[in-house]
Amino acid sequence: MSRRLLFLLPLLTLALMAGFFAWSLLAGRDPAAIGSVMVGRPAPPINLPALEEGHPPLTDALLKTGKPVLVNFFASWCAPCLAEHPLFMRLKERDGAVIIGIAWKNKRTEALAWLDRLGNPFRTAGLDLEGKAGLDWGLSGVPETYAIDGNGVVRLHFRGPLTERDLTDSVLPFLKGTTK
Amino acid sequence: MIPELGHFALILALAVALVQGTVPLFGAARGDARLMALAPVAALTQAFLVTLAFLALMQAYVASDLSVANVVANSHSAKPLLYKVTGVWGNHEGSMLLWALILSIFGAAVALFGANLPDSLRSRVLSIQALIGVGFLAFILFTSNPFTRLASAPADGNGLNPLLQDPGLAFHPPLLYLGYVGFSVTYSFAIAALLEGRVDAAWARWVRPWTLAAWCFLTLGIALGSWWAYYILGWGGFWFWDPVENASLMPWLAGTALLHSAIVVEKRDALKSWTVLLAVLAFSLSLLGTFLVRSGVLTSVHAFAQDPARGFYILCFLLAVTGGGLALYAWRAPSLQPGGLFQPISREGALILNNLLLCTLAATVLLGTLYPLFLDLLTGDKVSVGPPFFNATFVPITLALFAALCVGPFLGWKRAELWPALIHLRTAFVVSVIAAFVAGFAIDSRSTLAAVAFGFGVWLIVGTLVELATRLRLGVVPWRESVRRLRNTPRASIGMTISHAALGFVVLGAVATGAWHLELIRTVKPGETVSFAGYEVTLQRVDNVQGPNFIAERATLAVKRNGRPFTVLQPERRLFVVQRRQVAETAIQTNLLRDFYATLGEGDANTGWTIRLYSNPLAPWIWLGGALCALGGFVSLSDRRLRIGAPSRLARSRASGPALTSGPGGPRSQKT
Repeated sequence: MSRRLLFLLPLLTLALMAGFFAWSLLAGRDPAAIGSVMVGRPAPPINLPALEEGHPPLTDALLKTGKPVLVNFFASWCAPCLAEHPLFMRLKERDGAVIIGIAWKNKRTEALAWLDRLGNPFRTAGLDLEGKAGLDWGLSGVPETYAIDGNGVVRLHFRGPLTERDLTDSVLPFLKGTTK
Repeated sequence: MIPELGHFALILALAVALVQGTVPLFGAARGDARLMALAPVAALTQAFLVTLAFLALMQAYVASDLSVANVVANSHSAKPLLYKVTGVWGNHEGSMLLWALILSIFGAAVALFGANLPDSLRSRVLSIQALIGVGFLAFILFTSNPFTRLASAPADGNGLNPLLQDPGLAFHPPLLYLGYVGFSVTYSFAIAALLEGRVDAAWARWVRPWTLAAWCFLTLGIALGSWWAYYILGWGGFWFWDPVENASLMPWLAGTALLHSAIVVEKRDALKSWTVLLAVLAFSLSLLGTFLVRSGVLTSVHAFAQDPARGFYILCFLLAVTGGGLALYAWRAPSLQPGGLFQPISREGALILNNLLLCTLAATVLLGTLYPLFLDLLTGDKVSVGPPFFNATFVPITLALFAALCVGPFLGWKRAELWPALIHLRTAFVVSVIAAFVAGFAIDSRSTLAAVAFGFGVWLIVGTLVELATRLRLGVVPWRESVRRLRNTPRASIGMTISHAALGFVVLGAVATGAWHLELIRTVKPGETVSFAGYEVTLQRVDNVQGPNFIAERATLAVKRNGRPFTVLQPERRLFVVQRRQVAETAIQTNLLRDFYATLGEGDANTGWTIRLYSNPLAPWIWLGGALCALGGFVSLSDRRLRIGAPSRLARSRASGPALTSGPGGPRSQKT
């Protein structure tokens, strides 16, 4: 009898796998949107040195000011970051958004030179040279942007560069407090 | 008109496949020769009809028939002719049609070349093949019809994904599909054998050429895909453990195991139910790959048409094929006559070790590919499993496999001694240890694993050549005698030697490129010179170039060595106008021992351009080795013993046991 069971084993394995596949298809998950876990949770703690030497370090207090904050992970070596950069400049200048930048796996001098060249949209910027903060934040690459409400809870999470459409559809309404 | 003809041909093909999938099966069960005789005719008709449909679609592409939705979505009139043709399979619908085409052609091939098969076996094989065809044809007709017309034709098409507009990728899918779909024949043979309740040496001999052919094509397809990724993605890497790559690697591993286990069935009449299981699994893993790529269950850089509805259909189909096969296996396999016991130290023992290791590898890849999915569903955690996992698991197992690979061919059937084999291999052992030390101390002392793996690569090549030399008694007998022996060596053995040695070249190339490449990323202004890997590289200028359907920036890099001109590289960055997508066109200068590889990145005249330079030692060996590996398979395929087919079953008593053949020239065939 145990011999028979042995021959059934491949079929049972298949049944198990098929169950998973059916579940994943029917659950309607979007594998590309791998980042939804952060949304609705308190933002992870940050404790990073400032990008500009001599400036105070970045702490959690920055995220709990009672006002919405955007946190943007970027790097000077990242081409999509270049693409979304003008949007951040506009968010800062036209919409008065508070944006915190975190240079991820980037050399201090290179990140600063990049900001000098293109303009600095950030209220304050931190340096995550080793990518440890990125791990805490569930980063899969740069650029990624998190929108955090006044209580320090993550409300939106964008993987990849922000687009005009993201801005009009979700970021601006969020900043104006018309969405939760 | 022509698209409609294609559509009708496809519907007719489905009808023929339905008949072919049922009537001969019924006939075989009843022993009715007239019903069984229908199978080959139906198989040829089906192949003809699917070919017609395929040609109709190709015509729509070549003529840029913009009333066909599929052409509009994937082609453009300004595209070069080659890519109009290859664009046929550069999309979901067309590639499914290519699947169905190859499937039906394999069926027709069984009908044409299977004249020496017993009628019942042949009709069952063809019926199973047709049932698989029904699944694909219905899938195409009901969910992915490539012939759908548009109510009003647009001015021009959307163009083909620029990444696919490349000679390497143009022929990658057909080769890969020839491999995937080739395993459908082994699957059909396995199911037919289970239905008949009979697996014997003759069966193994009949299955072997089909397995071998599928395996050769799959090897070529994977090598070509890897080469494409190397020069088009511009990262200097050749294998990324991407789900799509893994999807092609799993059937390859299972197929390789099958190739080896079928030999045991053939020679020793043992390992039968295991071989049948492998035959079912090799094709199931091919289907699983298709499912993973097209359903959107996993993300991949090769994102194809991802659509849950299609995914659900493929899942059901996968379940029917794999589940049906495995259920039949669970039911019938226990009653297969088990073969005799055998010694662990013997040829068959070595082949079992080979199978265990290859299947462990396949299971590792499967686990690594699906683990993120399982974890996500069970805990909601998102992870991605990448190179660190595979390097830690896959590499040690392959090293164990390589260690045993050279020893196996020295062992005789039934019972062998390990010691004489090791004595034969002492030269190979010494040479590879020296190679590992040289690699570890002289080339690069950072990675011990790389040095060890390099030693294993040398071991594979030298060990395999030593085996050939021993067989030819090279240096022991006069050279004329050795040449005579070489001429009398069966092609299958020569094929084995070629493929095993080729694997060594792949390993050497992969280790050297992976561990010892040099890399430089720098922003350079025109006129500036950087020194890299002993060369001086000057960015002379960046020009704007107009291509047939793209505009490009082309950098001219003058490479000098010790002040003397060495080469000029012209990497490009192409912007495909229709799709607004940018693709890097790398420039590679190779001397077969080292690739000098350059890509052009972002930039402008003021700030300079980002250029990436790589020096990849032995990189070409990866793909040349892959091609050589497939060549070994083709040489083995040309073996006379396969061409003339196995001796008929009637002439042999089934209990006659092992040793179908011995010595050169193969068995004395009863029907030639």
